[in-house]
Amino acid sequence: MTLESKVPAGPLTEKWSRHKFELKLVNPANKRRFEVIIVGSGLAGGAAAATLAEAGYNVKCFCYQDSPRRAHSIAAQGGINASKNYQNDGDSVFRLFYDTVKGGDFRSREANVYRLAEVSEAIIDQCVAQGVPFAREYGGQLDNRSFGGAQVSRTFYARGQTGQQLLLGAYQALERQIAKGKVRMYPRTEMLDLVVHDERARGIVTRDMVSGKIESHTADAVVLATGGYVNVFFLSTNAKGCNGTAIWRAYRRGAYFANPCYTQIHPTCIPVHGDYQSKLTLMSESLRNDGRIWVPTAAGDARRPEEVPESERDYFLERKYPAFGNLVPRDIASRAAKEVCDEGRGVAHGGLGVYLDFEDAIRRLGVETIRDRYGNLFEMYERITGDDPYRTAMKIYPAPHYSMGGLWVDYDLMSTIPGLYVIGEANFSDHGANRLGASALMQGLADGYFVLPYTIGDYLSRHMGEGPLPTDHAAFGHVESEVRGRIEKLLSVGGARTVDDFHRELGRLCWDYCGMSRERGGLAKALEEIPRLRESFWRDVKVTGAGEELNQALEKAGRVADFMELAELMCRDALEREESCGTHFRKEFQTAEGEARRNDEDFTHVAAWEFTGDGNAPRRHVEELEFENVVPSQRSYK
Amino acid sequence: MKLHLRVWRQRRPDAAGAFADYDLDDVSPEMSFLEMLDVLNERLTLGGEEPIAFDHDCREGICGSCSLMINGTAHGPNRGTATCQLHMRTFADGDTLRIEPWRSAAFPVLRDLIVDRGAFDGIIQAGGFVSVNTGSAVEANLIPIGKPEADLAMDAAACIGCGACVAQCPNGAAQLFTAAKVSQLAILPQGRPERARRVLGMVRAMEESFGACSNFAQCEAVCPKSISIGFIARMNGEFLRAALAQPAAD
Ligand SMILES: Cc1cc2nc3c(=O)[nH]c(=O)nc-3n(C[C@H](O)[C@H](O)[C@H](O)COP(=O)(O)OP(=O)(O)OC[C@H]3O[C@@H](n4cnc5c(N)ncnc54)[C@H](O)[C@@H]3O)c2cc1C
Ligand code: FES
Repeated sequence: MTLESKVPAGPLTEKWSRHKFELKLVNPANKRRFEVIIVGSGLAGGAAAATLAEAGYNVKCFCYQDSPRRAHSIAAQGGINASKNYQNDGDSVFRLFYDTVKGGDFRSREANVYRLAEVSEAIIDQCVAQGVPFAREYGGQLDNRSFGGAQVSRTFYARGQTGQQLLLGAYQALERQIAKGKVRMYPRTEMLDLVVHDERARGIVTRDMVSGKIESHTADAVVLATGGYVNVFFLSTNAKGCNGTAIWRAYRRGAYFANPCYTQIHPTCIPVHGDYQSKLTLMSESLRNDGRIWVPTAAGDARRPEEVPESERDYFLERKYPAFGNLVPRDIASRAAKEVCDEGRGVAHGGLGVYLDFEDAIRRLGVETIRDRYGNLFEMYERITGDDPYRTAMKIYPAPHYSMGGLWVDYDLMSTIPGLYVIGEANFSDHGANRLGASALMQGLADGYFVLPYTIGDYLSRHMGEGPLPTDHAAFGHVESEVRGRIEKLLSVGGARTVDDFHRELGRLCWDYCGMSRERGGLAKALEEIPRLRESFWRDVKVTGAGEELNQALEKAGRVADFMELAELMCRDALEREESCGTHFRKEFQTAEGEARRNDEDFTHVAAWEFTGDGNAPRRHVEELEFENVVPSQRSYK
Repeated sequence: MKLHLRVWRQRRPDAAGAFADYDLDDVSPEMSFLEMLDVLNERLTLGGEEPIAFDHDCREGICGSCSLMINGTAHGPNRGTATCQLHMRTFADGDTLRIEPWRSAAFPVLRDLIVDRGAFDGIIQAGGFVSVNTGSAVEANLIPIGKPEADLAMDAAACIGCGACVAQCPNGAAQLFTAAKVSQLAILPQGRPERARRVLGMVRAMEESFGACSNFAQCEAVCPKSISIGFIARMNGEFLRAALAQPAAD
């Protein structure tokens, strides 16, 4: 099978509008005849479910939390980008497009990114109309801040709770449709497999997380909006329940998995403090607007930060990247922090941390302004660490945060399985090898509000009158029995190690060999050890309780079992991509100054992996990336 | 630190529950409360017992999943702090901690410390939104909103829907939750066209599932986002205004 990106012809600036015109429409009366399944109620899924229902489709929406309002999008802090140019600082659709393509180190599809920038403005309009209380200037206009990788101020925010407010906007739109009977909501329901029949996605098999009941759901099309997979590292900034199961199961059913090795490590997280640690907390990137990052010049300096004189501090980002300073993109900031820690100049538990200091900003702007901008983040920091950032520098360290990789989709956001769409963080589409801050919220909402609702109609219109496959069809029965078999298998191992114990070990392997920097030897080692760990998981895991009840151990076990497979694909992809680009930093491929060295000749492509059966090596396909509007250059933020 | 825990265990919604006792002697003050439960759960699992079920997800105080009654206080002793943000340094060596689920008729227990808070979604369905379809919005800066109003709306909008307000209320009232959404949308110009319909619908839905408010103000004290009960007064005002303006026949 060849990968057809289906990028429309014509000039970049006209592709989306032309395509929208060319897409087949479903007339309003017929929309009522279609059922669409949406798995996920985050920004992408919630927005899509509400919008499709408003248009007239019948929607079934699923999430694993007790309410759609709790999807992990709720945790996004810093903001959402849009090219409104309200600050009159030279922003434009083209600049947002350019920054995003460059930020992604020229590994994304131009046409998709341009469309994203194009719809960014309508997103802000929509959210404001829903009652999202974005920050305002005294004159009543919307306020903006800056984020990494951009020299304009285009980030809209609602205190430090932007994701929460955007998600509640989408959630409220969704609840409105639930009240109207257009969306049927299935909270605490986990998708455990995809049903494919006649080479089309026909539905899903789920487990009711309260009763344990396994059920089939059928539809004319299936949309996965299940978020990212960086919990493969165990410790990450993601919520504990975030998982790769939905996309992994779809991969095993024939959807290609693109660029699994592109995982983003966020530079500003609270450092690890103990072995029992269950997750890592992000401190928003917006802090880098005013905070200055530094370490002591000398290794092993044990003084408190306030006691280190200016002349003995190394503001390493400002020194190395004078043009962008503390606002370089995430991958660069993370790697620079790792480097100074590797030199022995790190400052927190185990020497794995750097300072993020507001002393200057407080002197310059006053405590009140700083409190206004970051008050809730400072409180959160103090609650966790016991240190007061108004008085002493914060300590931060990079942590796994976001997955740019995900299921491969074409320009219409359809995977390689017809009728299976993938939106939000779950797909691979817009961020290339590195995502810029405040662009995930933008992408999730772009996909959900403004892209999928158009493109899905084109597919559905071609299947007018066919109707969904009945759930008593053998295709469903077959998948259901596989799901049941797997659950029974997990429950019957009866080993001696807990699921978390295995997950931690897997996470450590991934972090050591496929984290901030990677190299051939380490990846090869990971590829030997992961299958070994997986085997021991299936031999020695202990999952208590039964299948037909609320069983959190069982939920976790299923997710970790899938991560055990996903991790291997991630390392394999990292090994095969013999270049450094964005967050994928291979030690063997760097410039004399230690920056990522791309290999455009051989790797200006998307790697999309095809499952070929257990025990067989997956097949690597490529989609060549063509740059007609920007010239790939060595990224420079100096 | 050594701790003694008394934890509510209940296998199914219709099963009788009871407290179970556990001793922990290796608690680090740096641990979060939920990490302390993780450690206990690991121990239980290895000993062949079933781990304690509790809701949690973000562990950053924003998703509203975590929901524990700790020594009779929703989310424990620290003000403005959700259970997941509570750290063990708050407690002293030798303390006994009684850990229970939210107790409220509107939030039935599903298992151990997990309850069903679906009734909150029902209140939002009854009007907690602006009826604006995707694509029909006007330019975002067309309607200026003063910074004080925007900030006030944000104060209300900060609610995480955890249900602590209901759990702590002797009457099991959901006034604070409902008022936060009613207020946010009434303060903003975008929410005004529907303000009467909204408050009437939401209050009706609230009263169907939850108890009445007698101004105990315990909701505010335990709210992890410190949402002010001033919003309840605002909601009552909104309600009165809407009810008086209703046509007599309605
Ligand atoms: C701490 C943090 C801060 C962030 N800050 C920002 C920011 O400031 N700006 C920005 O642009 N981005 C930010 N991001 C990234 C951004 O929040 C996410 O990429 C984005 O919200 C993902 O949205 P989504 O809709 O794709 O997925 P999610 O919001 O993760 O939603 C996934 C949904 O899928 C459901 N689900 C998952 N698996 C299953 C299954 N098997 N069965 C049923 N349902 C399932 C879940 O229940 C949930 O409803 C941040 C991320 C984190 C972790
Ligand atoms: S786990 Fe999300 S608020 Fe506590």
